Amino acid sequence: MTATREAPSLVPDFGDEVQRKICFICSKGNLDMAYPALIMASGALTEGAEVDIFFTFWGLDMINQDTVDKLQFTMLGNTAMHMPGSSAHLPQGLAGLPGMTAFSTRMLKKQISAQQVPDVREFITLLHDMGARLWACKMSADMGGLEKEDLLDEVEGIINVNEFIELSEDAQVVFI
Amino acid sequence: MPVATIAGHDVHVDVEGFMTEFEEWSEEIAGQLAANIGIEMTDDHWKVVRFVRDDYMAQGETPTLRRVTSESGFPTKELFLLFPKKPAKKMSYIAGVPKPAGCV
Repeated sequence: MTATREAPSLVPDFGDEVQRKICFICSKGNLDMAYPALIMASGALTEGAEVDIFFTFWGLDMINQDTVDKLQFTMLGNTAMHMPGSSAHLPQGLAGLPGMTAFSTRMLKKQISAQQVPDVREFITLLHDMGARLWACKMSADMGGLEKEDLLDEVEGIINVNEFIELSEDAQVVFI
Repeated sequence: MPVATIAGHDVHVDVEGFMTEFEEWSEEIAGQLAANIGIEMTDDHWKVVRFVRDDYMAQGETPTLRRVTSESGFPTKELFLLFPKKPAKKMSYIAGVPKPAGCV
């Protein structure tokens, strides 16, 4: 092996002095649309970023005690959906058959769990433990008649859009 | 591949400074690696680092942060206190294993 001698001690730059701030807006309540923000937020936290997540509209289902375990994945309207292990597209006519949404939800959960990725409820706890701050959108909560106690304990509070805009000052914002 | 002198030993590292040869690692070297990034090793740090190495040996890959928590019993919050800001990368660096490849 050819070796080049470097400085006596080559120390990685972990970039600790840089304080990144990233805000995620979760606006969807489908199971497949819940995960992108959860996974990116977890990556951001392990990279030392400060993370706030704002749940609005259907995204509120991700932090609602009654719905968090019932998120679903449907093949309907998803033209990228193909048969497992094949590039053949699933005919949309089949996607609407009774039981198909339950079936595809089960399949997706199985695939996610095979990647050692937790379910949404556990993921929310994990992100909270990693230091993320979770916020519910006031207008969405009001529309659904939801109070703070209807939401997961990890949720910091219910805030309006102005408060969110304030707290996301200087942050990179990712809308999902 | 660069060779760095760590705690008086020549060890192979990648361009960032992560060790590349599992067998070249020793606790003496780990102590120096930790000091390099401002971490003073306590019993808890050693428990985590030993777990990371054992798990790497058993699984053939670096455990993700979630796996460290679920298998070693150290709560996520504590891992962030022991290895501030970037726990997964820092514990891998000290344990002399590659950064975790998994996302969560």
